[in-house]
Amino acid sequence: MLKWLEKNLPKIVMAPAVGLIGWFVYGFVLWTLYISFTNSKILPKYELWGVGQYVKLWGSRKWLIAVDNLLIFTALFLIFCVVIGIILAIFLDQKIRAEGVLRTIYLYPMALSFIVTGTAWKWILNPTLGIQKMFIDWGFENFTFDWLVNREMAIYTIVIAGVWQSAGFVMALFLAGLRSVEDEIVKAAKIDGANLFTVYWKILLPMMRPVFFTSFVILVHISIKSYDLIVALTQGGPGISTTMPALYMTQTAFHKSQVGLSAASAIMMFMAVAAVIIPYLYSELRRENAR
Amino acid sequence: MQDKLQASYKQLEMKSKYTNMFLRWFLYFALILFALYFIFPLYVMVVTSLKTMEEIRQGTLLTWPSGLNFDSWAVAWGGRGYGAGDTFLRPYFWNSFKMVIPAVFFSTFIGAMTGYVLTKWRFKGDQWVFLFLLFGCFIPFQAILLPMARTLGVLGISNSIIGLVLVHTVYGIPFTTLFFRNYYISVPTELVKAARIDGAGFFKIFFKILLPISAPIIVVTVIWQFTQIWNDFLFGSTFSFGKAAPIQVALNNMVLSSTSVKEYNVDMASAIIAGIPTLIVYVLAGKYFIRGLTSGAVKG
Amino acid sequence: MKTLRIEELSKNFGSTEVLRKINLEIDEGNFLVLLGPSGCGKSTLLNIIAGLETINEGNVHIDDYNVSKVEPKDRNIAMVFQSYALYPSMNVRENMIFGLKQAKVSKEKIEEQLEKVSRFLQVDALLERKPSQLSGGQRQRVAIGRALVREPRIFLFDEPLSNLDAKLRVEMRREIKKLHQQLKTTVVYVTHDQTEAMSLGTNIAIMNHGVIQQNDTPENIYNKPSNTFVADFIGSPSMNLIKGNLKESSNKISFIANGSNVEIPINGYNFNEKSNLNNKEVFFGIRPEHIFFKKSNESDFEITLKADLSEYIGHEQIMTFNYENQEVLAKFPSTIKIELEKNTNLFFDLTQISLFDAKTEERI
Ligand SMILES: Nc1ncnc2c1ncn2[C@@H]1O[C@H](COP(=O)(O)OP(=O)(O)O)[C@@H](O)[C@H]1O
Ligand SMILES: [Mg+2]
Repeated sequence: MLKWLEKNLPKIVMAPAVGLIGWFVYGFVLWTLYISFTNSKILPKYELWGVGQYVKLWGSRKWLIAVDNLLIFTALFLIFCVVIGIILAIFLDQKIRAEGVLRTIYLYPMALSFIVTGTAWKWILNPTLGIQKMFIDWGFENFTFDWLVNREMAIYTIVIAGVWQSAGFVMALFLAGLRSVEDEIVKAAKIDGANLFTVYWKILLPMMRPVFFTSFVILVHISIKSYDLIVALTQGGPGISTTMPALYMTQTAFHKSQVGLSAASAIMMFMAVAAVIIPYLYSELRRENAR
Repeated sequence: MQDKLQASYKQLEMKSKYTNMFLRWFLYFALILFALYFIFPLYVMVVTSLKTMEEIRQGTLLTWPSGLNFDSWAVAWGGRGYGAGDTFLRPYFWNSFKMVIPAVFFSTFIGAMTGYVLTKWRFKGDQWVFLFLLFGCFIPFQAILLPMARTLGVLGISNSIIGLVLVHTVYGIPFTTLFFRNYYISVPTELVKAARIDGAGFFKIFFKILLPISAPIIVVTVIWQFTQIWNDFLFGSTFSFGKAAPIQVALNNMVLSSTSVKEYNVDMASAIIAGIPTLIVYVLAGKYFIRGLTSGAVKG
Repeated sequence: MKTLRIEELSKNFGSTEVLRKINLEIDEGNFLVLLGPSGCGKSTLLNIIAGLETINEGNVHIDDYNVSKVEPKDRNIAMVFQSYALYPSMNVRENMIFGLKQAKVSKEKIEEQLEKVSRFLQVDALLERKPSQLSGGQRQRVAIGRALVREPRIFLFDEPLSNLDAKLRVEMRREIKKLHQQLKTTVVYVTHDQTEAMSLGTNIAIMNHGVIQQNDTPENIYNKPSNTFVADFIGSPSMNLIKGNLKESSNKISFIANGSNVEIPINGYNFNEKSNLNNKEVFFGIRPEHIFFKKSNESDFEITLKADLSEYIGHEQIMTFNYENQEVLAKFPSTIKIELEKNTNLFFDLTQISLFDAKTEERI
């Protein structure tokens, strides 16, 4: 008995982690999956009901708006974060004097919660006393900036706040990537007559492919999960114009008490994330094994 | 001939000097512009929180406050003292600490042990166990909200700090394991082998050999978990309301529920209060924070 | 006209002085090796020649033009690095022609150069591969090829063989030598490996702590080291440096090791300066390979020592003798049998010795 215990001690020590994750992650996802095939309302029911919830989900105007918004948000969020992040990383890579201070400034939003960020931007973007008033006071009499309360434009305010929060993160990733490149490569390129632009465009950025990939995965992941920022900034409004899947899911579950429908939307989100993550984990693991 | 070449070298020299100078000016200009963009919201938050509502209506976002007026901070922190309906952050701020400290401790400890086993007591299929845990970093939490709510209800700990500690501990394990596993994998296994030859057992090796050299990764993990849990809103808002809510939920309620007139100065003071602990950690230990972000959150 | 001339060059990184008052000249077609222990400033010097580092003081001239502030690409040089520094995202072809493309050379000319060089280096079958798909030796060839296609005035090599395994290193060394014999381009080559330096260089400059200790032909470096650092650095095992004093009387001059009473006559030694020799404290330098078991020269000096230690290394053996508590190493064919702890008669070849001032450590 004691022998057995000693021999299996490592596995016993690991058991809590595996058990907890097995139950609370995999078990729960399966439970949600099951419920999504039932006609659960306020309380879960356990008799199967087929794919009715999914039909209902994809027939719902609100869900379609949420998916639309997600696509717009993800695309813009990705592009701006990556472009700004790369520009900042390259600029900071030029033996800048106050690099430490600048890096701290670019990255501090990552330390704040989306609720704090949302609260701040909500005030800044507020059409009466915010940016609009600032410009009018500066003498631009007819300046209007009412995106926050404009159905068409409200989604872009979420992009603005989201990019503000996450661009520094992409910068940190790329800076770490650029710093890990052997200096001799840059020296060789200088001798070959490449100017700074060519060095980055033709040589260093193509070497950053794994960093691009990582940033892509993490940013898409953030955007699919984004919930707090919308709650703090627009609550999905005006109307339902800035609803996103994460918000849709919690509203359907906890305000409308449509547990089955909300489980179906959660499973859709899960599948979207899995579609991005599984290839990523696979390639990372392969890279590690290749080493 | 020789003079001519030397002259053309001189020209090249001047040209490269001027392009370099121009580039550098441009570089600093752009970097400062970006810095202003990132600083702007923080600046606005701070100055707004120091203004009176009257000043806010008169001036603009950028206007400097007339003095150091901490009234809105006092209101945000301690309320106005008229009893029911008076929402303020103080109790929720401590709620968050009561939730964060045990959750960080448990998740870090479990992650350290699991990372230790996965790297130093390898067994067949350990790669798969790791992958199994790692996937937990990425699941959208919406997929577990419904069963979690029911489970907390069944355990009788919904709407309590203990419930949130459980939730944050569990969903922190994948990250903490990842951090420790990636750190321990670079610690030479010879060290463990030597200790085993000397007769040290499983726990002795962990506490006497690995733990003493784990300070950097413990710092990274603790900072990461602290920031994540402190900043969480989804779990907090779903599983707790009223008295047991953590600060992010309280902040959101406060900002949304202002009844008659919006008091932006109080909102901004509240937002700063809710953000200060993580900002302090970031300023004091930014290096570790960034390390957690870039290395840990990335590599599998 | 010197192909490369460096005068009074100094360089510091912050407060650490890395190079001090370096003077160097290279004639057209020569192969100069910069040799020294790691951290002595060799790479820094090479980078300065290439224009990759700035200069604090002094100048670099190529073909008598002062290029001290000229960009690397305008200096007409090419460089090969220790890590090969191939661009990982480009295939071999793109790597090799990258420089020509930057210089806006015509397409036909580029193709012609590429074909010539890749055939010459036998990498023509690898043109479409990425660097990650090449072996170490192949990468090194491509790196050399990338330098060759530019037809530079001067080739700079920074420890190009250090990342290769021992066998490949010897092969590539021979190839570089052949390459130089065929092309006759001027080369500056950095290494910390003395065998590489000896076998490749037409000239060797030995560096230590940012100062050039001796710049000479390989023969002179080996036979007439200019100070104890060079004497100790070159040769394996390195030169024995026996501490003692000189004794000058009438026409005779001899060396007496500390604690010994044996006078070793050194009348035949070619002193740099012949004054004030009596009682001078010196190091008597003799290489292990210049100590023999049998008398072979009339001038050989016979001495009796006891062996402490014997190291067998196949074709030869290295014996350590005790000379009045100073270690003296000698190298013999392994066929000779010498017993430990017994008196053995040895013969010093006095035509091959070096003497150094014990204080300044300079050759006298
Ligand atoms: N960019 C740098 N900044 C500060 N010190 C440096 C830098 N590059 C080299 N050094 C220092 O200069 C000395 C010489 O370096 P290097 O020329 O690379 O030596 P070697 O190539 O002979 O090994 C070393 O002590 C090294 O630490
Ligand atoms: Mg070097």
